[in-house]
Amino acid sequence: MTDSTASAPKPSSSVKLVLLGEAAVGKSSLVLRFVNNDFQPNKEPTIGAAFLTQKCQLPSRTIKFEIWDTAGQERFASLAPMYYRNAQSALVVYDMTKPSSLVKAKHWVAELQRQASPGIVIALVGNKLDLCDDDDPEDEAQDGENAEGHEEEAVRKVSTAEAKAYAEEESLLFYETSAKTGHNVSEVFTAIANAIPETSLKGPRTGAGGGTQAAISGGQDTSRVNLNARGADGAAKEGCAC
Amino acid sequence: MSKKVDSTRSSETQSPTVESGNQNATTSSDTSTSDRCDEPIDSSLELRPPLPPRPSLLERGNTAAGGSLRLSKRAARPQLQSQATTALSLADVHTANRLETSSPKSSPASRAVSRKPSLTPSAHQPSIAVSEVDDGASVRSVVPTIGTRLDGESTLGDLIEGAATPAFKALSAQIERANPFDAVLAEDDNLSTQMQHEFQNVESMNKDGQNEEALLNIWKAKLKHFFILSASGKPIYSRHGDDQLISNYIGVVQTLISFYQGAKDPLKGFTAGDARFVMLPKGPLNLVAVSRMGESDAQLRTQLESLYMQILSTLTLPSLERMFSNRPSTDLRRPLEGTDVLLDGLADGFTRGSPSTLLSALECLRLRKSHRKVVDETLLKVRSQNLLYGLIVAAGRLVSVVRPKKHSLHPGDLHLIFNMLFEAGSVKAGGGENWIPLCLPGFNNTGFLYMYVSFFSTSEGALSPEAERPSSAGKDDELAIVLISANKDSFFELRQMRADLVAQLEKNGSMAVIKTAIRKGHASCSDITPGTVLKHFLYKSRGNVQFTMPSFEPHFHGLIAKRKLMSLYHNLHDSIHSRTAHLKVQHTVAYDATALAWETPLFELYCVASSNASRAALVAGANKVVSWIRREEERVFIIGGAVF
Ligand SMILES: Nc1nc2c(ncn2[C@@H]2O[C@H](COP(=O)(O)OP(=O)(O)O)[C@@H](O)[C@H]2O)c(=O)[nH]1
Ligand SMILES: [Mg+2]
Repeated sequence: MTDSTASAPKPSSSVKLVLLGEAAVGKSSLVLRFVNNDFQPNKEPTIGAAFLTQKCQLPSRTIKFEIWDTAGQERFASLAPMYYRNAQSALVVYDMTKPSSLVKAKHWVAELQRQASPGIVIALVGNKLDLCDDDDPEDEAQDGENAEGHEEEAVRKVSTAEAKAYAEEESLLFYETSAKTGHNVSEVFTAIANAIPETSLKGPRTGAGGGTQAAISGGQDTSRVNLNARGADGAAKEGCAC
Repeated sequence: MSKKVDSTRSSETQSPTVESGNQNATTSSDTSTSDRCDEPIDSSLELRPPLPPRPSLLERGNTAAGGSLRLSKRAARPQLQSQATTALSLADVHTANRLETSSPKSSPASRAVSRKPSLTPSAHQPSIAVSEVDDGASVRSVVPTIGTRLDGESTLGDLIEGAATPAFKALSAQIERANPFDAVLAEDDNLSTQMQHEFQNVESMNKDGQNEEALLNIWKAKLKHFFILSASGKPIYSRHGDDQLISNYIGVVQTLISFYQGAKDPLKGFTAGDARFVMLPKGPLNLVAVSRMGESDAQLRTQLESLYMQILSTLTLPSLERMFSNRPSTDLRRPLEGTDVLLDGLADGFTRGSPSTLLSALECLRLRKSHRKVVDETLLKVRSQNLLYGLIVAAGRLVSVVRPKKHSLHPGDLHLIFNMLFEAGSVKAGGGENWIPLCLPGFNNTGFLYMYVSFFSTSEGALSPEAERPSSAGKDDELAIVLISANKDSFFELRQMRADLVAQLEKNGSMAVIKTAIRKGHASCSDITPGTVLKHFLYKSRGNVQFTMPSFEPHFHGLIAKRKLMSLYHNLHDSIHSRTAHLKVQHTVAYDATALAWETPLFELYCVASSNASRAALVAGANKVVSWIRREEERVFIIGGAVF
């Protein structure tokens, strides 16, 4: 999953990534799969936000992801800017068995496009692929654990075509994943690592580039990402009140 | 109850018969401050948070000099004999002594009914006529100080039978005397059996409702329930069962509550069958506890207070009030989404029985004074600008605290934090670092603070954040660094502080010392009080708002034995707290344990020995504990902490 060894002195750079999406769609599970290659069937909801790091080896360089896994609850919504403010990439997650979570995901995408760094790389991720019988060979093997909670939802409610069309429209990366089986999880992170413009990866003190909108498919524009900003600037004034 | 962890006194080292007279060490009074909560009312923070009440001391008026035992004159007055029917438990014995009418704590409504119903009403429990004990009351108190006569009040041990709640009794049923706490469960022991299922989920109802009855039976068998409803009757939280299942019951509770509220005589509690119901109205919320474990009303109310604190911690008081004043029918479930795990954690802690909650005090990791000093100095050295409080917590015990001089930490707030860190799995299981907005209501219930948390397992060598993934690590080797700030943008600052702290602690050897201390765990009772009959004790230093205890092993192994012990402690605690009588020492004998509660202005001590232990032996043990504390005080308690 996560290539850890390769000790060749490749250039390495940090990439800030934020996970957004409705509560319980599987954000933390995706991170847990990516970072620990583990899955917990009854994961407790995230409180506040968790910060994790994980390296990702590309052929030409090492990317060190600095990941903010946010809690999806409404009362934390006003804190979100704190986490995406300096992010170079975002994973906006929905649950394929829950259409309302895609609506929520679209809101996040819109907010990121409005408020986040202009060059931010966004991936739309439909999670819980394993619950959708259509294309999961391992399905039989995984009865048990999650049975009760999902009996009724264990059907795809968001079609690949619909989500994909939306992602293309908005120039988002798009993946369908299962944190449970691990399907496509490392692929998402690798794709993000690859999509980050080279110019913003020039080591720790990257200067500001142009503020161009980076279309993932097209231009690998420089993005205006201050790797060291660490929340010193423009603190959003929202609290976590409801 | 909740005096702050803020005291530089060391008066506990003195003989309990010497009154230190310096109870108010916390009232330092500089109020200038630059520490702020983030939101929303900064100005209010200029004020030092009010000192929490210390009812126990106030009520007793500090009349008794430490350790010297005087029977209250009032205790000799005729008692109300209101509970003849269920006068079995310890608490009832005492009720006979209580001045019901003058007790500010006892609610008439709740006292009128039997408070400690037997679990098995039909079961014939040895119905020692406790009313006979009345005279015995005058001899129930002894002075377990060295040099005091220990024998005089002869018949005491024989008089008081059944020093147990129904829970304790039921759990103890058919257990042989020799080693009652070790015994296996009796088959027909309802409570023991139920305790094993207590924390299992009640499933959701099927669509056709076919399984409703079965589920309801499971639900009803729970020993304890907690409900939170809005004033208008909307369910907000229930420990067991989903909305659909419990809606009828919530409706009944709501009807009862609003009926009495309408009559301007709020319902505080009642007994139905073998269950005690206690209500706590809190602004727009009503909290309800239902217990079949024999806790006192005051204890249940303390538990409900704690759940309420958790809600404030999530929302802040102004925000809670605003929501309900804007819309009385507000559904609080949404804003509280995801905090069920925290409420469940608290609730289950109460059901299992926690010394910390019972005593409203914290436990510290035992460290040599010089070692703790190095840790404190390290904390001060690496302290970053925006830090408000810093804590090092090992397996639920406090290792060290750094705090501003003008702010102390409230045990209630710390309890919420510890619950979040150690009971709710998500923070530690995340395996990373966390940044958590929370309100600490004891500190300031109007605004949020931001808490940086990083866990690592002390059993592994690696300490870089990347290497710390203790998701499956046992509870006992968890070390958490908690750094709290009023500035929501200070995550990376505090993260750096944490890195510096860990590096320094490694360098100066403190980390190794802490790890060793964690690995050692609690000392066993026989190590602390060798040669005595004691099997376990709780010692609370009132000035430090901290407690210490030996390991539960080897005498109290497993959930049920521990719960039994905790029930006994609850009883003892109740016996010296739920009354105005100035009873300072309480000796009880049950068929499976003898116990002693001893209270002075400086400490509360609860000791347990097997049933055949003599009172003199118990008292000797108690004295041994006190002198151990005298020697160890600065090791087992954090006195002062690192203050800046
Ligand atoms: N079947 C299945 N369940 C998942 C998957 N990802 C997460 N879950 C479950 O969904 C619930 C919520 O996951 P969590 O990671 O906490 O969601 P978050 O709130 O978005 O962080 C947990 O019970 C997970 O075990 C998945 O890919 N497949
Ligand atoms: Mg999560």
